[in-house]
Amino acid sequence: MALQRLTFRLRQTVTHVRSLHTSGCTQQQEAVAVESQPEPFSVFRTQENDPGCQTEKHIGQHYTLPSAHINTLFPHGLPWRFKQRVKTFNEACMMVRQPALEVISYLKKTDFSKPALRYLFYGPKGTGKTMSLCHTVHFCYTQGWLVLHVPDAHLWVKNCKELLPSSYNSSRFDQPLQAAEWLRNFRITSEQFLSKIKTKQRYVWTKRESTEEGSPLGQLVDQGISRVKCSSDVVGAVMKELRLQSGQPESNFHLAVAVDGVNALWGRSTIMKQDKSAMDPGELTLVYNLRKLMQNDWIGGAIITALSQTGSLYTPKSVYLPQELLGERGFDYMDPFIPASVSNYSEKEFESCCLYYMDRHWLQHPQSQTEEGKKEIIFLSNRNPRMLERICAFL
Amino acid sequence: MAVSCVRTMGLVLGKSVNCSSSLDAVMSQLSRQVLGRQICVSCALHRKNLAAAGPEKFTVEFIQKQAEEFNIGKRHLANMMGEDPESFTQEDIDRSIAYLFPSGLFDKKARPLMKHPEEIFPKQRAIQWGADRRPFHFLFYTGKQMYYSVMHELYGKMLKIEKYQDHLRAKGLFSQDVKQISLGTSRWFTKEELEALLVETISTHDYNHFIQLMERLLSLPYCATEVEFVLRYRRQLEAPSAKRIVPLLQRDEWGVAFSTSDGCRKTSNCSVVLRECGSGCITINGQNYLHYFPTLQDREQLMFPFQFTGMLGRFDLECTVSGGGRSSQAGALRLATSRALLSFLSEREAENMRQAGLLTPDPRVRERKKPGQEGARRKFTWNKR
Repeated sequence: MALQRLTFRLRQTVTHVRSLHTSGCTQQQEAVAVESQPEPFSVFRTQENDPGCQTEKHIGQHYTLPSAHINTLFPHGLPWRFKQRVKTFNEACMMVRQPALEVISYLKKTDFSKPALRYLFYGPKGTGKTMSLCHTVHFCYTQGWLVLHVPDAHLWVKNCKELLPSSYNSSRFDQPLQAAEWLRNFRITSEQFLSKIKTKQRYVWTKRESTEEGSPLGQLVDQGISRVKCSSDVVGAVMKELRLQSGQPESNFHLAVAVDGVNALWGRSTIMKQDKSAMDPGELTLVYNLRKLMQNDWIGGAIITALSQTGSLYTPKSVYLPQELLGERGFDYMDPFIPASVSNYSEKEFESCCLYYMDRHWLQHPQSQTEEGKKEIIFLSNRNPRMLERICAFL
Repeated sequence: MAVSCVRTMGLVLGKSVNCSSSLDAVMSQLSRQVLGRQICVSCALHRKNLAAAGPEKFTVEFIQKQAEEFNIGKRHLANMMGEDPESFTQEDIDRSIAYLFPSGLFDKKARPLMKHPEEIFPKQRAIQWGADRRPFHFLFYTGKQMYYSVMHELYGKMLKIEKYQDHLRAKGLFSQDVKQISLGTSRWFTKEELEALLVETISTHDYNHFIQLMERLLSLPYCATEVEFVLRYRRQLEAPSAKRIVPLLQRDEWGVAFSTSDGCRKTSNCSVVLRECGSGCITINGQNYLHYFPTLQDREQLMFPFQFTGMLGRFDLECTVSGGGRSSQAGALRLATSRALLSFLSEREAENMRQAGLLTPDPRVRERKKPGQEGARRKFTWNKR
């Protein structure tokens, strides 16, 4: 492991430099120490924590997400296993990969006067679509966009405990619990925008409650959280307001809509109506409103989505292409979109991941740090990120 | 007298010979008599006999008659198969019987067979005394005459060797370094085999004594003279490496070396093409192996041959597998890849693989369910009433 030895040697020079006691030139020494500081971890880690400044030469390297960002931006967005990893290692390190960088470069060049472009991450299971989506969302956040993040659209079409007929439109159905939870998370992510954006329309919820025109968005969101019964309609209202207002000259925010598991919107659902007949997702208020958001008829932002077979219903395990997962309806709806294919780790990325695990002392088995052990891990995981993570979990 | 447990083909063959055109009148009479004898005996009689008499005793005349019938039946069978009756060997007989009476029975011993009566009927001792009731063998009254006669012969050989040594010493030609006895790869008979040879029960103590004396014989300098006596009580072991079939190393049109082989385990069958590409990508039935075997255990099984020989990442696998479950398919693939790897390895590495058990097909198959039990081994719940 020549690279590992290099880092160790450099670490030794740093400590050597630091241990020199001098009275007059301490500042010089400190300067030297600071200079050689960035070098030790440059192989698999990068100090460039701003997604906007990351380039191709950072591909394969891990960058750290500041914990403040994670608490505000990702109350519900990160995959569960990644959250466990963050808790274990006490730091959130994500790998910079090519698909995410590509989409970020397109996002940098968005023309906000044109209709929103749709980006779609697709690929086989466990290759990192959700993580790429989170990376892009982090970029949008650092650029000051308003992020509307739906962590998993599949949660809205299955395991619904409470289903109410919609008060707004009698043919649709409400899901108060899911809507209220999403609104709570949305409030955390868009803290700074809630007071700035004003509603353009008056909303009447019941005979006694209504939201006046010109009231801040925060009030609307609070209404949805406190009155759970009308939370789905509140979600619809929020989405409508944001869609109408983004890109307008007077509103100075850009909207980024990030949806994971977008194939749930056009798939099948396991929710059944009262008479035990199957429910089409389009009959759910939340799904209906989200679909309207997916349409590229609004300006001033971008739509970033990712497919997911893992949570999807009634799809075979082997499908991963957009056509198969979205179905005909979904594909026609989403067409045209910019696809970004996410695949297994390349050799460089795999090496980088292994070095990161070794640096965090995650690989305890002595064999796993040898070349032979690396080859075995490559064989067993086929460089699939999820498999690699699962295997290394018990090594 | 009637043979109930063993189906000698002579009897049934006699019946089938009845139907065919070429027929000897005497032969048909004899076979009809034999058949008649079998049908006459009733089940009740059998039960009584078996309880009382113990193992059945076959007289020498009975065995001889069976042997005659066997020979005649063999000639008829050769005629039927259109082959020369004179040069009809036991393998030909087995082949013909398997052809004429195909059987799907699992147990090989339950299938129809036609062998010489010597092999079918257990060897029994003839009457040991003559008409005047004097025993033939001089050691009859020891009770274990065959065992003691072997020991007596053995000791006689030892004395002979010592006499030969004295003779050489007298001549002055005695030397310590003589040609060693060449036994080849063989081992001593086990106690069961010795009992079968001597047609007599031997106790463990006696068997150990016999082996001890044999070893002592072999330790004497000039024992090479008695090699044929010693080999009579040793069984030859076949060298396993002599039987290994190494698959061919072929080259395809791009000059890439590849080899093909098959493997099976339980009810799975697979065939594997191992290419020396250096990419380590594996395809099973057209799918990626990560997708076909989501379980880590199956992928570890697949990895084992490569990991053992240190050839991870060098080869490309293209496999087709069918039948069985995921574990047996993984086992079949492992066997096939080990066999295919043989053509890329040296002799020593191949021997290492064999000793690791990679090249042995796993003989374990699902055991059949027996009637009166719930499964192969599990019995029904025992109720007191």
